[in-house]
Amino acid sequence: MIPLAIYVTIFVVAFVVVRFAATRLSARHDYTSLKTVTFGDESAVRPDRWASVISLLTIFLLWGAFTGSKLVPVHVPGPFLGDTEFTYTLQAPDGSTDDATIFVRVFPIGQDVETRAVDPGPGFAKNDTITVGAWRSQLILFDKNDEITRSDGAQVIAIDGIPVTMGGEVQTTAGRVVVTPKGSLNYEPPKGMQMEPIWLPPPEDVAGRVLEIAREGYQNFTLWEHLGWSLYRVVLGFLLGALVGIPLGYAMGLSNWFRGWFDPIVEFMRPVPPLALIPLVIIWAGIGESGKIILLFLAALWIMAIAARSGVSGVRISKVHAAFSLGASKWQVLRHVIIPNSLPEIFTGARVAMGVCWGTVVAAELVAAEKGAGMMIMVAAKFQLTDIVIMGIILIGIIGYGIDILFRIAERWLVPWKGKG
Amino acid sequence: MPTTSIPARWLQRRSKAAPHQGRGLAAPLARKNGANPEQGQTMTGLSIENISMRFDLPNGGAVQALKDVSLHLKPGELLSVLGPSGCGKTTLLNILAGFLAPTAGQIMLNGHRVTGPDAERGMVFQQGALFEWMNVRDNVSFGPRMKGVSAADYMPNVEHLLDVVGLKDFKDKAIYELSGGMQQRVALARCLANDPDVILMDEPLGALDALTREKMQGLVLKLWKETGKTIILITHSVEEALLLGERLLVMAPRPGRIHKEYRLPFADMGVGQDLRTVKKHPDFAEKREEILSMIWDMEEEIMGRAETGAGA
Repeated sequence: MIPLAIYVTIFVVAFVVVRFAATRLSARHDYTSLKTVTFGDESAVRPDRWASVISLLTIFLLWGAFTGSKLVPVHVPGPFLGDTEFTYTLQAPDGSTDDATIFVRVFPIGQDVETRAVDPGPGFAKNDTITVGAWRSQLILFDKNDEITRSDGAQVIAIDGIPVTMGGEVQTTAGRVVVTPKGSLNYEPPKGMQMEPIWLPPPEDVAGRVLEIAREGYQNFTLWEHLGWSLYRVVLGFLLGALVGIPLGYAMGLSNWFRGWFDPIVEFMRPVPPLALIPLVIIWAGIGESGKIILLFLAALWIMAIAARSGVSGVRISKVHAAFSLGASKWQVLRHVIIPNSLPEIFTGARVAMGVCWGTVVAAELVAAEKGAGMMIMVAAKFQLTDIVIMGIILIGIIGYGIDILFRIAERWLVPWKGKG
Repeated sequence: MPTTSIPARWLQRRSKAAPHQGRGLAAPLARKNGANPEQGQTMTGLSIENISMRFDLPNGGAVQALKDVSLHLKPGELLSVLGPSGCGKTTLLNILAGFLAPTAGQIMLNGHRVTGPDAERGMVFQQGALFEWMNVRDNVSFGPRMKGVSAADYMPNVEHLLDVVGLKDFKDKAIYELSGGMQQRVALARCLANDPDVILMDEPLGALDALTREKMQGLVLKLWKETGKTIILITHSVEEALLLGERLLVMAPRPGRIHKEYRLPFADMGVGQDLRTVKKHPDFAEKREEILSMIWDMEEEIMGRAETGAGA
């Protein structure tokens, strides 16, 4: 809840500040800025670049602040580290009580720690010393060194002077102490608000892991091999799908027989998510390359067939009539009218298909693969290497976004007449 | 409006391609002198012979779009077709173009039967029939290119036609960079570049603004006169039909049929002079009123029928 509250606060404050500053600094007077009715006029809504920059910065700021990153100046309180202590009051069966102190040393996980040397102190309850890792808890067998133990009938009746019964718990300045049903103590130092690296590592750890894996590789393959194999499967599967799907779509758009024959198949296969085919493909083709290519081929095939079919149906009949009246043959009408006219639709379909293929290849690699981006994050997750998982997700996102941008550039370049018919 | 005329070389080439009489510049002149031979009627020109068109509706009914329409056009004649909506004029044009097969009757062009679209019958559509993925020049040269004519052979003609329609400086432009009027001029040039015997125009100027439309009407008249093509033009505008119709056909709906036919002098008058002068002619105003009231009567009849239909 707190991160969300901070996020919303930054959103609102940034909006007010930018709004105030922008009206002062950059008074734009282009056509859109002079529109008075922008609410409901979608064309007048342009992304505020300041908002985009602040949005990204906010994500990194929150990520850093909640993981104790060195890159970020402000942090939310981290877990308690260092020495602290609390006392427990032990009551002997005869009703007499004695206090003893437990000296605690909280250390960062993964570092060596020395136990504090303590004096056992007077009375039948003796002082103890323990070490606890940050974010961890520790069961304290406090009466190991006591003169009267739990087996003698002694029990803890108070922690730091606060009365407690078996199964109860006390929140002290040193942390949370639970008296277990068996009478021993379970101690948990204050966790603060930061995330533990095994749940969410700080950004620099992820960046460091990118460099490390780029240099040394992971699971027998370099980072570029993992990503390259995923890309190769996507491109090959997509190309095969397009190679079969586009002519199939054209045939369905041009011939009654083809339309009738393939309509039920295409309409049935279209709503089946490619992920649902993974088990069948594994049964048929195994977990090797061919299985993945088949899966991606199937993922791209229906999308491309439908795109080509709707590309044909999108041709204005007057264009076809005009071409026939100008003496074009059927083949020439296909070549010079139908195919160019359907290119925008094909491009849209190709963008969708590439997106679906990229998602499908990662999922297929999650299930079973020797190499690939999905396999990399799946194996890392099994070892709880969260930084690799996050790195993989970010790289997968960047590549998917890059593919889409490439298609958009190609589209602008190859079909400049899109939307202008 | 450019004033270049079609060169003799091109007219000759065209005549060679389709060697029948009454073509080229000679045709309109011959007609004006009233010396056009009647005996060639069944062989040359365009004959619409007892065309009927009946569409079956999904609910079991049927629409009689055309009933027993017959007409003969001599080569080089300019016919405009007018009528209220639903009178079957677009259906008639589609049958002439060969896009639809009539349920009865036949179309004969120069002695052979029309069975499908062909380069001998060019088509100019209202809008959106140009190929956006080609520039102006490639659009205009589409017909010759499809026939396999070499660029060296068709380019002079294409350049010339672009000059005639006033688009010489726009030949490398993309279609979507042109205004509506310019696009229609490209459509006209594209049709002419293919050198058809008959040009069919389906409200070619319908989507243009009034000023551009008037200029384009002048261009259509000029092209008609200079090329001697047989032109059939469908329009909603009575003025346009009067100006661009040497013959004018008023069609009536339900079933679609020829209601009345006129022979008008305005197209010939308009060739040499300002169209506005022609419009000021008292005969023009008179004819316009006559035809307008005729169409109004038809429209009212349709409305009345529709109302009683709704009441019952």
